[in-house]
Amino acid sequence: MHPIRRKRLTIILFLLAGLAIAVGLTTYALRQNINLFYDPTQIAAGEAPRDARIRAGGMVKQGSVVRSEQDLTVEFQVTDFVSSVTVRYTGILPDLFDEGQGVVALGRLQSDGVFVADQVLAKHDENYMPPEVSDALEKAEAASARVPPMNQ
Amino acid sequence: MWQFIRQLFHKFGSPKWFYGIASKMMPWLLGIGLILLLAGLVWGLAFAPAERLQGNSYRIIFIHVPSAFLAQSIYIMMAVTAVVTLVWRMKLADLFVRAVAPVGAVLTFLALFTGAVWGKPTWGTWWVWDARLTSMLILLFLYFGVIVLMSAITDEKSSARAVAVLVLVGVVNIPIIKYSVEWWNTLHQPATFKLTDKPSMAPEMWVPLLLSVLGLYLLFGWLACLRMQTEILKREHRTRWVRDLATAEGN
Repeated sequence: MHPIRRKRLTIILFLLAGLAIAVGLTTYALRQNINLFYDPTQIAAGEAPRDARIRAGGMVKQGSVVRSEQDLTVEFQVTDFVSSVTVRYTGILPDLFDEGQGVVALGRLQSDGVFVADQVLAKHDENYMPPEVSDALEKAEAASARVPPMNQ
Repeated sequence: MWQFIRQLFHKFGSPKWFYGIASKMMPWLLGIGLILLLAGLVWGLAFAPAERLQGNSYRIIFIHVPSAFLAQSIYIMMAVTAVVTLVWRMKLADLFVRAVAPVGAVLTFLALFTGAVWGKPTWGTWWVWDARLTSMLILLFLYFGVIVLMSAITDEKSSARAVAVLVLVGVVNIPIIKYSVEWWNTLHQPATFKLTDKPSMAPEMWVPLLLSVLGLYLLFGWLACLRMQTEILKREHRTRWVRDLATAEGN
């Protein structure tokens, strides 16, 4: 390679590396601002501010959804399988909301530890499955749960 | 092998040579690209099974994913050619950036738009400022910046260099887009397709998706060739070979 070109290429590579480091350090320093939500472990550890509107995200715990008889209030536990936080929300939930599905709730953490949400978004995971496949999987799971293995 | 690559690379210095090669490749790129894209879209939109939770609304993936994929790939290609512009001062490399930047901008917009349309029924909102969505919006603004800068400087050489520098600075955004869903908590789901794992999607869904991605790649190749040819004719209109070409076309 021609020496001038080699020099230009080296300068470009150095500049790019410097830029990448600068951007990397900046985003690392701002990581909590870039995070869209706090997970229940962070909330339990007191990392989430108490008096500000924050987002809490995680899975809706199986069997934790309690619907009010009078109005649209719903209470459920959001978990990351380490800690969980109780979320209370009044309003219409997105179609994808279900137990075992991901959610992101926007609201305030009350002093009693309940998270009162004014918006609940459903989070879809990266798995895409036709209904027949998931039905078959569920059936297989149910069958293996019902029939205990013979050699135990 | 290395010798061959070097020779090929040197040939790219000649716009005339590229014009001829592009003319030969374009019918293939257009034909195969159209067939693949149409097959993927028809299969995906009409025949692939519905999704277990989202029903039919997931089908927007057959447009969303190819355009998002291409939007990022085009930027990476632009960055590579920007290095060529800065180091080797090759005209064709600058022509490529000029030809494809608007295409990339349109595809980025399409990815953002289809994502918003899908987000409303699925997430419950058109837009959130999570890392994936925001970095993709930054990509759109980078494309806009490149397009504006391209036409702001009239001098060919200084325009080429300024554009190349902007493209290179923006390339740090690409890994941020790619890994945003892993580095930070986002509403956008992580990638369904990974290089190392099987896709976490049923084959009757990912095969049509793969077809439409490949088809869009080829169609992009066709469009890039076409736009570069136009730009070459415009810049070289005084040269002998372009005049000969014009008289031959005229007869």
